[in-house]
Amino acid sequence: MMNALPTSSPFVHSDNQVQSLMLQVLAALLPGLMAYIYFFGWGVLINLCYASVLALALEALMLWLRRRPLLTTLSDGSVLVTASLLALALPPLAPWWLLFIGLIFAVVFAKHLYGGLGQNLFNPAMVAYAVLLISFPAQMSFWPVIAELSHYQPSFIDSFKLIFFETLPTGFGLDALTSATSLDTMKNLLDQAQNIAMIKKEPIFGDFGAKGWEWINNGYLLGGLWLIYRGVIRWHIPVAVLGSLFLTATLFFFLDSDVHPSPLFHMFSGAAILGAFFIATDPVTAATSTKGKLIFGFGIGVLIYVIRTWGSYPDAVAFSVLIMNMFVPMLDYYSKPRVFGTTNHPMKNDDHAV
Amino acid sequence: MLWTFHGGLHLDDHKALSANKAQIPMLLPDVLILPLQQHIGLPATPFIQVGDNVLKGQMIAHCGSRFTPHPRSAPIHAPTSGTVLAIEDHPVLHPSGLSAPCVVIQTDGQEQWRERQPIDDFLHAERAVLHRAVMKAGIVGLGGAGFPSHLKLEPNSIDTLIINGAECEPYITCDDHLMQHNSDEVVQGACIFARIIGGVKRCIIAIEDNKPQALAAIQQSVAQLQCKTPIVVIAIPTLYPTGGERQLIKVLTGKEVPLGKIPAHLNIIMHNVATSAAVYRAVAKDEPMIARLVTVTGKAVKNAGNVSVLLGTPIDSLLRHCGCDRQNAPVMIGGPMMGMQATTAMPVIKTTNCILAYDSTEMPAQQQARACIRCGRCADVCPVQLLPQQLYWYTKTKDFNQLEQHNLNACIECGCCAYVCPSHIPLVQYYRHAKSGVRQRAVDKKNAEIAKRRNEFKLFRLEREKAERQARHEAKKARTLNKTEKPEDNSDKQALIQAAIARAKAKKAAQQAQQNQDNTAL
Repeated sequence: MMNALPTSSPFVHSDNQVQSLMLQVLAALLPGLMAYIYFFGWGVLINLCYASVLALALEALMLWLRRRPLLTTLSDGSVLVTASLLALALPPLAPWWLLFIGLIFAVVFAKHLYGGLGQNLFNPAMVAYAVLLISFPAQMSFWPVIAELSHYQPSFIDSFKLIFFETLPTGFGLDALTSATSLDTMKNLLDQAQNIAMIKKEPIFGDFGAKGWEWINNGYLLGGLWLIYRGVIRWHIPVAVLGSLFLTATLFFFLDSDVHPSPLFHMFSGAAILGAFFIATDPVTAATSTKGKLIFGFGIGVLIYVIRTWGSYPDAVAFSVLIMNMFVPMLDYYSKPRVFGTTNHPMKNDDHAV
Repeated sequence: MLWTFHGGLHLDDHKALSANKAQIPMLLPDVLILPLQQHIGLPATPFIQVGDNVLKGQMIAHCGSRFTPHPRSAPIHAPTSGTVLAIEDHPVLHPSGLSAPCVVIQTDGQEQWRERQPIDDFLHAERAVLHRAVMKAGIVGLGGAGFPSHLKLEPNSIDTLIINGAECEPYITCDDHLMQHNSDEVVQGACIFARIIGGVKRCIIAIEDNKPQALAAIQQSVAQLQCKTPIVVIAIPTLYPTGGERQLIKVLTGKEVPLGKIPAHLNIIMHNVATSAAVYRAVAKDEPMIARLVTVTGKAVKNAGNVSVLLGTPIDSLLRHCGCDRQNAPVMIGGPMMGMQATTAMPVIKTTNCILAYDSTEMPAQQQARACIRCGRCADVCPVQLLPQQLYWYTKTKDFNQLEQHNLNACIECGCCAYVCPSHIPLVQYYRHAKSGVRQRAVDKKNAEIAKRRNEFKLFRLEREKAERQARHEAKKARTLNKTEKPEDNSDKQALIQAAIARAKAKKAAQQAQQNQDNTAL
């Protein structure tokens, strides 16, 4: 036992563990998840469990193919975070093969073909999401109606059948189960030259965002704040993402509040909060220096607004995160902190620049 | 007003194991093993023979001639009276685990001193006299660096003297103990420092605020003792690694010592509290560096505490003395953040501030390292504001350009990054490795340059010899021609003259080239 010490100092270590970080991230998703189940039924939980098992299996397969230590890597929990984020991002009653294809892209392509945990340039869950959104737009807009607006709420068994056998409950068409999301509705109706005040009268809207979703987002917000409190993530990225989204939205809101929804609507609709606290903060694919994190987050926030408002997709977190992921090596290089005892600005003395 | 540095850690200090306990009585072991190199600089050379009798405090080795010790070294003294048993290699504390030459002394138990000449009126003594006393006493930085102290007492433009009593490393309490019980020595040592350096406008004694008793004791001594230089005692916030020279200067003055420069660049000089007390004893009692206060601690030690130890005392006898029976098991010298693993056969030397006999609950086994997830915790705690995760990548890919670009050489190896790393990557090991790689690359570059010049010279020489041969050949041909035709001209002579001129030119050029080469080799 004595010989198992590190060969050189330091010989003591904090309690930090990758697994515990990942588990805390998973735990922080719980409030949002519970709200999700409350408003939209069991589908999301079924997807979450299914995604976790499948992701572990895919990771094990890749580790075996790559001749990497199986148990230590599987137990780090990172693939569970990827699976959970993807499961939460997809429509809760999406057919099983959607998650299946998504996870193959996330785990096999975005993660292991880049060299596994720590080596991937792009956020695996967002790569999968983007691939699915582009390839299967119909299934990706299969969003269920919130319980209180629906005549029918699928039971656990019904949800299971719907996901795995794509059998609709008797007597109900697909239309009865699904509706457009708030961002979708907003976009479509704005395109039809309606003004915000009229659009907001649509039953799916709540106080800020969409009914139900506000609470799910509150849950994510709570979990995210807890992560900051626990020191699992730092405040810079979430604050920069939400701050820049808020500021951009405020600017346009004040320019013309008839055609530009309020900043709060932007914050509490879609995946902005989930993205800010759980997706953009993925340490592997985010910038590492403080300044880099702020710029990274700022870029995501602005891009979310730009793509939501002028792009052809209603929500934009995945694309924004992926675009900013591309800038991370550059941000890291040019946002190096000033080293103690040096006066050089990192931009100067750049002989060895990549 | 105090400043802060980036990062740092609040560690479990485990100082209660050994702090605020009565001093353990000194041990007089049978055998003392004195390495000839206990400091940074040139090793000392023994000038005693095996079988010689030595007196306590007698100089037994130094570098240079007998009467003028080399300044870039520190002499070694006999810690007690006895007989020289051997001068031989013995395992010493070294990262590579090598043995090194040591003087082994059989103690006689008499503790018989050599003749001593204390400087009583040290506050008015000549600067050079005091400086020489410090140099002769073999005092080195006792905080762990082991840099010969007299080299840090040159009278340049120093205006601020800092006495470092931070002692931020976990477990270690010897400075705390010293400040509590020998505060007068520390303060008077500071006065001597100021006297030797001259021109010191202020002296700061900095102590971490987790040592209130030491603070009080030093404050009392400062109030009581007369010193020409104003001394302020400052309590600094407890944060690892505040005790680092550059970090402490930043905290106290807000200034950063430029990378690659020493504190003297900012007109600051820093000495450890234990060094200060040792200087006082060397000057006022003519007691050279023969013993030091060592913290013997760890959960495997029954009677943990601080003990004044004769240099050369083997660690196993010291541990037995403190109620820890541990033969041939690893112990740690220094604290857990920056210390080194050692075996109990090694002796206590000038820089040994702590012997840590840990049990398995204290020092967790190294966990298997996982992949770096770039979480950046390492960068958050780095006191030098490096990007440890980037350095780690560049070390793995051996990208020395990037390592230099990211200021790897600014790393102080404090271990904060490895301490917080959730993937348990032994980052400091990587950086040590990378640093040696960077050094090796510089050496290789220089060697390649020398080899290139040598090769150029060789090509030049071959060319020259060819030309000479050619000239000789021509001359010979001309002579043969002369013999056969006997024309009365002096083309023969001309050829000889031409050849001679060519030789002279070549010789000159060769000398030039040789000189260039010598210059580069130097």
